[in-house]
Amino acid sequence: MEATIYVGVNTLVYDPDVCINCGMCSVVCPHGVFARGENTAILVHKDACMECGACALNCPAHAIWVDSGVGCATAMIYAALRGEKEATCGGSSCGGGSACCR
Amino acid sequence: MPVFRTHPSAFLHTTSSLTPANHWDHILARFGYRREWHRVDPGLYHLGNPTPDSVVLVTSNYSLSFDALRSSIPGVDAYILVLDTFGINVWCAAGKGTFGTKELIHRIQDVHLDTLVRHRVVILPQLGAPGVAAHEVKKATGFRVEYGPIRAADLPEYLKTHEATPAMRTVRFPLADRAILIPVEVVGTFIPMLGAAVAGFLLGGLWLALAAVISMLAGTVLFPLVLPWLPFREFSAKGFILGILVILPFAAIKLTSISVISLQVALSLAGLFLVFPAITAFISLNFTGSTPFTSKTGVRLEMNRFIPLMAWLFGIGCVLTIIARIMSLTGAA
Ligand code: SF4
Ligand code: SF4
Repeated sequence: MEATIYVGVNTLVYDPDVCINCGMCSVVCPHGVFARGENTAILVHKDACMECGACALNCPAHAIWVDSGVGCATAMIYAALRGEKEATCGGSSCGGGSACCR
Repeated sequence: MPVFRTHPSAFLHTTSSLTPANHWDHILARFGYRREWHRVDPGLYHLGNPTPDSVVLVTSNYSLSFDALRSSIPGVDAYILVLDTFGINVWCAAGKGTFGTKELIHRIQDVHLDTLVRHRVVILPQLGAPGVAAHEVKKATGFRVEYGPIRAADLPEYLKTHEATPAMRTVRFPLADRAILIPVEVVGTFIPMLGAAVAGFLLGGLWLALAAVISMLAGTVLFPLVLPWLPFREFSAKGFILGILVILPFAAIKLTSISVISLQVALSLAGLFLVFPAITAFISLNFTGSTPFTSKTGVRLEMNRFIPLMAWLFGIGCVLTIIARIMSLTGAA
């Protein structure tokens, strides 16, 4: 299935100036958003980002920022109905996940 | 030379083979039956006869995650470190942070992993990365986090070289992965579907009751299957298209059963096309969370754009359907 659902909307920010080229972001990203480069990581496929936050959390140089969260309408609807600010996975609102499962 | 603890009695044992009970547990889990039941005890497991040089594989305590891991590596001697994620799979638990830095550090220290193995590497599934900061685990425990492949099935290949190919690193959502989600989708909407069928029956007889059931099944069963082939990117838009397609036969049935199109028929047809594609679209929108593609920002935007539209179409459609029903009851045409 095609990886890009939403074009030009995600919150991923990358600052190559502070990148120490450790390669972690291209390892953890499940959508090939980052590629290894000569001196820094290269942001190659921004629109495929699903805002999982793996790259930002694993970047030792804090070169990446993303407003991570679950891209799940069900969880957001439940959160809104219960007056919670942030939707989360795995609660009673969660159907049980998917490729998620491994 | 450090002394390695070889006496394993304090640890849990497991094997690579799945029992019928395991398979039954998986089936129940796939139907969403007692979600909190599908867990294994967190802690350190011996798979086969691990030595101080064996790999340490980390997973969640959701039984499907644990079973996928151990059954993927028959014949391998390894340690399996199970984090307590409250029975949630690795990906979702990482998103929540329960498959996380703190829990991993705690488990490594709790089982005194440094006294069991000579090396200083723990292998995590790549999809655990949203919860774990590898460099912080290293700082706190001395263990380097190595992210293995996304799918447990790629583990044997990965363990040969400890290098993952780009294909192993990229998440996909093939037909089989989508199809396996259908039971839980159907179970989750079963009560609303009964309600919709009863409402449909009262307002338009068997014809409308069936249309209600079919439009909901289109969202829960058909949508996951045909997802990549539907036009548009947004799930709601895809759902609208699918909803219109499945409702067409019902319009055809109506049209072939009458000789003239009265106002009453026109109203009930309009109601049909307004109410049901909106329902299918709403269910389809809710599938976003089951896919490994949709971002929070994107889904929020989609919801803001499409939910008001769905609500309007649904509301107007209901009103038209009720008017049509009143007309047929009072004999007005
Ligand atoms: S947030 Fe997730 S999907 Fe987006 S670039 Fe980072 S690792 Fe990739
Ligand atoms: S994880 Fe951070 S420092 Fe490492 S390559 Fe990526 S951006 Fe650069």
